[in-house]
Order: sequence, then structure tokens, then C-alpha cells
Amino acid sequence: MNNQTLYRYLYLIRRFEETVLEEFPRGRFYGTTHTYIGQEADAVGVLSAIHPEDIVVSNHRCHGHFLAYGGDTRALFAELMGKETGVCGGRGGSQHLHWKNFYTNGILGGTIPIATGMALAEKYKGNRVITINFLGDGAFGEGVVYESLNMAALWKAQILFVVENNQIAQSTPIELNLAGNIAKRFAAFDIPCHELTTSDVLEIFNIAKDLIQEVRTMSKPQALILNTHRFGPHSKGDDTRDFSTIASMMENFDPVKIHGLRLIDGIRQEIENEVDNHIRTAFEEALGDPIPTLRTT
Amino acid sequence: MLTILEILNASLHDVMTQDERVYIMGEDILDPYGGAFKVTKGLSTTFPERVITTPISEAGIVGVAAGMALRGLRPIVEIMFGDFFTLIADQLINHITKFKWMYNDQVNVPIVIRAPMGGRRGYGPTHSQSLEKLFLGIPALRVLSPSTIGEPGKLLTHAILNDDNPVLFIENKILYSLKLRNEKSLTDFELNIHNSNEIEENNLHPLNYAPTYRLTLANAPPPALTIATYGYMAELAIEACLNLAYEEEIFTELVISTQLAPFVTQPIFDSVRKTHRLVVVEEGSRTLGWGAEVLARGAESLGKELAYANRVAGLDLPLPASGQLEKIVLPDVQDIIIAVKRAF
Repeated sequence: MNNQTLYRYLYLIRRFEETVLEEFPRGRFYGTTHTYIGQEADAVGVLSAIHPEDIVVSNHRCHGHFLAYGGDTRALFAELMGKETGVCGGRGGSQHLHWKNFYTNGILGGTIPIATGMALAEKYKGNRVITINFLGDGAFGEGVVYESLNMAALWKAQILFVVENNQIAQSTPIELNLAGNIAKRFAAFDIPCHELTTSDVLEIFNIAKDLIQEVRTMSKPQALILNTHRFGPHSKGDDTRDFSTIASMMENFDPVKIHGLRLIDGIRQEIENEVDNHIRTAFEEALGDPIPTLRTT
Repeated sequence: MLTILEILNASLHDVMTQDERVYIMGEDILDPYGGAFKVTKGLSTTFPERVITTPISEAGIVGVAAGMALRGLRPIVEIMFGDFFTLIADQLINHITKFKWMYNDQVNVPIVIRAPMGGRRGYGPTHSQSLEKLFLGIPALRVLSPSTIGEPGKLLTHAILNDDNPVLFIENKILYSLKLRNEKSLTDFELNIHNSNEIEENNLHPLNYAPTYRLTLANAPPPALTIATYGYMAELAIEACLNLAYEEEIFTELVISTQLAPFVTQPIFDSVRKTHRLVVVEEGSRTLGWGAEVLARGAESLGKELAYANRVAGLDLPLPASGQLEKIVLPDVQDIIIAVKRAF
């Protein structure tokens, strides 16, 4: 994976999400959204290391995962607009996407058993396919997560749990909703767990590549905790954190900025121009797309 | 004749032999125990790779099975007691039954979740309920329930092998030890089988094998009232029907459903169009049950042709452990007789 490609994905996700937040108040989108701004390196780092046949299961904050997986920008815009050409024809919306081997659902923690079952199915079928399951720190409040970790370990599911710990669950900081720590929860199930505190896509890519290889060859679950930062609101306009906290995060932990420094200015500018055009075209095309009709059988 | 337990067990052996994509998961299902009610007996000995005993994690098991179904397997989950359906509700409502629709018909979720339901065994408030009513009317979820009539094994086999969508399979506990009825044990009746081919409105779940059975008294005057029911309550309805005929000269027709949801009402209403009177019978508690919906649909589609309607069901109370109290809370033959006689 070369630096330019990685940068393109990081910048694409950033611009996609910024466009969503800019256009929501103008009534271009319908419903709700959960943006990924600040966490881009997690999706791009991990998903740059998978094989095409691998399975990805994500959660409510899934736009970044979808785009990093290779999902189509216009189809994602269209899905958020409720259009026929959307990823799921407008039925799913922002948090319910499926394309190829990529699946998301909006119920926190509820996807963990599903992802575990997918990993087991591939194992039972004799495939070397692995499953990547993204979850956040907030999901650790849900009981079914622990049921699933138990079964994943017990039955040796080929799954990598990627915990994006942005240290805030909607509006509640982690110290008010999580006792102990996340790594010890995996340790309790004998699931090897690695923890990284970084917004550098290369650091994440390098460790994810190794872990994915290990899960595939050893056919056992592993976990990767990524301590990350959510710059934007949980949904839209619902951020109660003070401005200086967010400003300092953006100053020190911006994955786009960190990786961008590795490119020479001209190349970076070229990528940004190309992505800006791509986003604008995708958005406008989606805007012109037809609305779906209701099919009930 | 075989018992319903033996028939369901044979069906599971059969589907696992026929299709290697079939897996069965549940608590305590391995031999020599073979499951709390022994429906899975022998399976782990014959198919050790595809019978998975699980932790006591109903939501987790059902979620794992759903993941397996999304990736091309055909899992069956046994929930030890239907009362524990409350624990799987989120997986069922927000995941399993949503995927096909919200993913724009790009996936199927062929999963069958079986569980024993019902009382009359003294298991008390949390192991005796008939909770299936809570799962009727969930879009894309089919709910089936066998009785001693017809082919309960075929009902289960078809759900597992031929239905690409989620199914709840409700097995009343008392049925397990009863024998399948044959011509001899139905000698007082003419049996008609209605294989539903009606497309109900907004039905996200394509029709599959789930016949409705009509039992009409042989050599009797035309029936004057329709009794609609399912599962074990069909036994009590048969007894009530015979009692009413012999003791009261009231002649009734029984309509016994195997598909509770989506609602298959045509065979019931075809009978009511002749009798103009309908009594619905179920074991679960009365309020917002299967019968309530059948009567509501009857009111909508039968209009003045429905001259009398009544409901027989459990009281709206938790089930007591005491056998004597449980008898009061659950509907019995006498309750059916009373509800029928009130029509005349």
C-alpha cells in the first residue's frame, strides 16, 4: 500500500464526512448520520491490509469503513439521501449498509455475534477468509458483546475485533461508563489483544497487516484496540465538549495532517483536487438520482 | 404411531443427512443428554461436526447463527424454553428479520429457531409461558406451530431446507409425548387440508409449506360454529367439539393452523362464511394474542357474516407453579364449551 493511495482514502473519507455535515442543514440528506472525522486512519489502516474476500462488519459509524473498503462514493451519498441508487436502495440509510462482503447495523454491540457467526461459517466451510469486526468503546456496555467474545474464543473464530476507542459514547465520556479497561476484557477470554495510541495510518496498517496474517494462519480471534479521537459530534450538532478540547485534538491527532506530511506538496495538492472533484461530482449525481418506489413482496 | 417428539427428532436427523449446510446449536444438546426435552437426541453422535453445544447465551447463539446464515449455512437454534425468547428479541427484531429488507433484498437469512412453549407441567411463571404472541406481526418473520394433526415433521423439514427466511418453530411441551393422530384417532371427523396459496398483504415472507387443517364432524348436521386454534389447544378443541356434539347437539367445525404469522386467515374465514360464528382458542394470555388478531381480521373481512365472536385464552396473569392454580389460569375444555354455548 503506497503513501499516496493511503492519503487519498484518508482525504476522501474526511471530505465525504465534511460534505455530509455541511449539506445536512441544507436539507440534502434525510434522517441522521454519525461521522468519522478524526478516526480515518483506523479504517484506512486496517482495511488496507485485508484480502478482497475477507468480511467486514461495522457499526453505526460506518461511512469511513465503507469508503476504505472500496465502496462507491455516489452510492453512499445516494443512500444517505434515500435514493434508489443508494447502497441499499435507500432502505437502510446511513447505518445499515451491505455491499459485497461488507455489512453494518445500527444496534450497538448487536453485530458482534453476527460477525462471530460469519467468521465461524467461513471456518466451517474450510475457507481462509477472515472477518474484521469494528466496534467502539460504547459497545462494551452491551451484554451480548461478552457472550460473543466467549464463543469466538471457545470456537476459535477467525476474527479480528478492532476496537475504536474514541473515549466518548455519544455524549458520555468513557470514565463515566466503563469500569476497568478494555484490554483486560479480551484477556479474560484469552483473546490476544494489542493496543495502539496513534492517528498514524502507517502504524495502524503495519500492525493490522501482521494481526490479520496471524488470525488467518492461526485460525483464532485477536483484538486490536485503537485509541482514537472523534473530532465531530456523535451525530450532528450534538457535541457538548468545549471547543479547546476539540481544537487540541485536531492539532495533535489529525490523521489526514499526520500522513499528509509524508507527501510532497504538489502531489498532495493533486490528490486533494482530484478527490474534491470526485466528491462534488458524486454528490451532484446522487442529488439527481431517482427516489425509490415501495416494493412490499 | 410415533410421538410428536419422535417425529421432530426424525425430521432433524433427516435434514442433517440431506443437507450439509444444516448446523444445530443450543444448550445441552449433546448426547447422552440430547437436549432438555430430547428433541436433539442422537444428533451429536451421528453429526458430531455440525451439532454445537453452546454457552447459556441465547442472544449470542442466535446472533452467531444469523451470521452463519448470512454466509450460506442453514442453522437451527434450539432455545431450551420458549420463555427465553425475550433474550433473543433484539437479534430477532433488529437484526435477523431486518437484514433482507434493509439490505435491499441482497441477502437471505435462512435460520430456524425452535423452542418448547406452554404450561401444564408445573414449571411456574418463567418456564411455562406461551410467548409466541409477542413475535406475531414482526415483518418478515414466519411463526409455525405443529399439532398432532397432519405432518409436523414435514412442517419442520420444509422450514429448515426450503425456507430462505427466518422461522420461529413453536413446540408445545405437552405435544412431545402425544402420538400423531391417524385416521383411527380422527374417526369422528372428515379431514380437509388447505395448503395456503393466498398472498397476504405486505407479506415480506414468501409462502412456504404450512397447511391449515379443517376437521368437520362426519355424519353430522352442518356445523353452526367455527373453532379456530393451533398447537396443543387443538387437542382440547377436539374434545370440546365431540362433547358439544354428543351432549349438547351443537355441531362445530375445527380449523387448526400451523402458520401463526404472517396470518393465514382464509381457511378460517371460509369456514365462518358457512357457520357465521367464530371462537378462537389459544393457551397464551388473552390480551393482544393470536386470537385477537384473527378476530380483528374477521371483523374487517367478514362484516355482517360474522354474527358471533369469542375468545378462549389464558388469563392475563403470570402462570402459577401450583398445579391447582395453573389449571385456573390456563384455558381448558370446559372454557371452550362455555364460549361456544354462549353463541346459542
